[in-house]
Amino acid sequence: MNNKGPTNKPNSVPPTPHLLQNASKAGGPWRVVHPDEGASQASSPHMPNARLTTFPVPRETNYLIAATGLTKAYRKHQTEVPVLKGVDFAAERGKITAIIGQSGSGKSTLLHLLGTLDRPDEGEIAFDGARIDTLPARQRDRFRNQQLGMIFQFYHLLPELTLLENVLAPAMIGNGALHYWRHRRSIIDRAKHLIELVGLSHRLKHRPRELSGGEMQRTAIARALVTNPSLLLADEPTGNLDQDTGASILQLLRSLNGEHGLTIVMVTHDESIAEQCDSVVRLKGGKVERLGPAPLRSSI
Amino acid sequence: MYKFLLCLRYLKTRWIALASIVSVTLGVATLIVVNSVMDGFTTQMQDRMHGILSDIVVESRSSVGIAQPGWYEERIRARLGDSLSGVTTVVTLPAMMTFQHNGTSHTQHINLIGIDQKTYASVSDFSKYLLHPENKEKLDFALKQTGYAPDRKRLQPSGWEYRKPVSRYRKASADNLREEKQIEEARYHDLQEQIKAQEPEGDDSALGSLMAGPSIQIQNAAQQAQGFDAEFDQRTGIVLGIGLGSVRGREPDGSVDDFFYLRPGDDVSVTFPNAGTPPRGINESFTIVDFYESKMSEYDSTFAFVPIEKLQQSRGMIDPRTGAGAVTSIQIKLKPGADLNAARDVLRDEFPVSHEFVEVRSWKETQGPLLAAVQLETTILNILLFMIIAVAGFGILATFFMIVVEKTRDIGILKSLGATGPGIATIFLGYGVLLGTVGAGVGVLCGLAFVWKINDIARVIEWITGREVFDPTVYYFDTIPTIIHPFMLVWVTIGAILIAVLASVLPSIRAARMHPVEALRYE
Repeated sequence: MNNKGPTNKPNSVPPTPHLLQNASKAGGPWRVVHPDEGASQASSPHMPNARLTTFPVPRETNYLIAATGLTKAYRKHQTEVPVLKGVDFAAERGKITAIIGQSGSGKSTLLHLLGTLDRPDEGEIAFDGARIDTLPARQRDRFRNQQLGMIFQFYHLLPELTLLENVLAPAMIGNGALHYWRHRRSIIDRAKHLIELVGLSHRLKHRPRELSGGEMQRTAIARALVTNPSLLLADEPTGNLDQDTGASILQLLRSLNGEHGLTIVMVTHDESIAEQCDSVVRLKGGKVERLGPAPLRSSI
Repeated sequence: MYKFLLCLRYLKTRWIALASIVSVTLGVATLIVVNSVMDGFTTQMQDRMHGILSDIVVESRSSVGIAQPGWYEERIRARLGDSLSGVTTVVTLPAMMTFQHNGTSHTQHINLIGIDQKTYASVSDFSKYLLHPENKEKLDFALKQTGYAPDRKRLQPSGWEYRKPVSRYRKASADNLREEKQIEEARYHDLQEQIKAQEPEGDDSALGSLMAGPSIQIQNAAQQAQGFDAEFDQRTGIVLGIGLGSVRGREPDGSVDDFFYLRPGDDVSVTFPNAGTPPRGINESFTIVDFYESKMSEYDSTFAFVPIEKLQQSRGMIDPRTGAGAVTSIQIKLKPGADLNAARDVLRDEFPVSHEFVEVRSWKETQGPLLAAVQLETTILNILLFMIIAVAGFGILATFFMIVVEKTRDIGILKSLGATGPGIATIFLGYGVLLGTVGAGVGVLCGLAFVWKINDIARVIEWITGREVFDPTVYYFDTIPTIIHPFMLVWVTIGAILIAVLASVLPSIRAARMHPVEALRYE
């Protein structure tokens, strides 16, 4: 990673802003909102209580990932379908941020942009104070491998690989063959530790088709954590699970957040799940309808 | 690491791709079989040609030939030095051979070759192609009592064992004919007397109508030979190509054998031109003393060997002043390892075309058109078969595109985990290499097994179809000759792998360029 890209794991968590927004649509100054002092400085329709700062977000701020003015449209033939229409977003370090909204509101698109799987048409995204949306493809791939963990509604495990191999996949991707071979013992130990953490030690050699939905999602979580990422992006992680299994997955995510300080951005359409997160971004029609802390916090 | 792991897993789980490379396997196996058989044929043919033709030929372009072969030999020995293994002189000319069979006369074109029996074996494998074991050791153009290829029942009896009783029979037939002639002559005489008595004096018309003589033309062998007795004497020996004295055909049980209408002990008459200007035909009788079987039908059906002295004498090629005989060519054998082309060039330098009326050619140049034709045939076959593998490559291309589509979501997953485009491309390229390697490897094994058991397989196919796959009456080989060159195996394998890899390039690029979000959403 060069000096323009995101740095490694943050080693300090300063008590700074809570929310962030862009003052102009084209990457102008940013406003970082402190919960205790932003109420009197409202200037954005999305974030009525915000204090201005500049982009890129300084590393000293408490936002691990932040985005401003994101627009994204998909084109099919001659038709352009706008999905995001100027979205501002920020996720605080060590917190769980929920992105909520109806189907087609742009939740997953926003998550994909944050995960560098796609580029915004307009707007900027900063990770740990450095822009990531303009990184060259190879650096984006490396960033995704090293800094992000992703889990999906449909688990997205590789069917040809065993559970252990699926968990090891990001480590294999991120390391050269020689490096991986030299450090394979420590990497495998970490993978096994994570598998144990998600409670699947007895399934190491099993293929995805031999696992239940909950087990597959746990595997996906272990896989997402194997490179020790700073941020976990979860796209409706419980959307394909029954209530009890979904609750256990959320419990797992909460414990990872609580015990390991893992920052989580989670897309969901379930209000009850969003309510249990530290902050919520509500999307509607491609725009942020409401940005702020969750109305209530209950134990998951 | 993940690329290799996924390549292996795809190889184990995507059987459709393996099926697509069956064509590669078949193409590789076919290439190996065809090349092995063609190489086998070519090598055997070249070995035989080389064995027959010697290494270098210094050939006269005049009908008179080289008048002073000794002088040429000295120069050849001086220039080639240690690389020279043997030299011999030869008289070669076109001729007609006539023989009697079943009471009718047959005439055939031959290449009459006068050889020096002392030195000819030193420049060619001539001796090893003769049938009689003694002639294989040393040819002396003398008819042997018996022992001509004892394993060939249709050639027995041969030699004196055959000639003596046949000659006795012919003599007895001639004696009978002589008695009949005397009776006819007596009758003819009586008839003349009767006619003379009945006709008026001076009218000879009736007599004239009878002056043609008796209807039976009698060949008085004893009178013609002037003391030659075929039962005890032989004429000058001649070694005939086996195709001149036999025809290859099938026994009633279907087995292939040579049916001989001439055999050692028979006499043949050969007509050839003399060395004069203009040339005149000379007729000489020879006794067949052996057959020559090189298994090259072109040679076996035209070559006839006689002693060079006899040919020089008959054609008038011996200088009456010096006693030296002219030759039409000088054949040269080099020691093993000697550079054929370099030696040829040395001799061309020594006997430049501008000064000498001789031409220096290597054996490969002598048979250039035939060897070139075989080479061309092999090349075209290889091109055609590689085109078949190329067609198989398109099959792989289609299958790979299908697999890439099938694996779209996996590609999206890998990209979401941080896999780069080139990394994704490497998976499918590696998969192509693996498939090509497996296909070519299995093809090589199948091809080698086929070549190893090719004659057994041919027999099975013959048994199933009832038709002969390899007709020995055509090819003069008992078994299908094969040679496997390791280099051929290597280039066929590499070629097949390369085609498989090339076929996987486009699908790999497509996979690499796949958008991760679209790939993840692919249903």
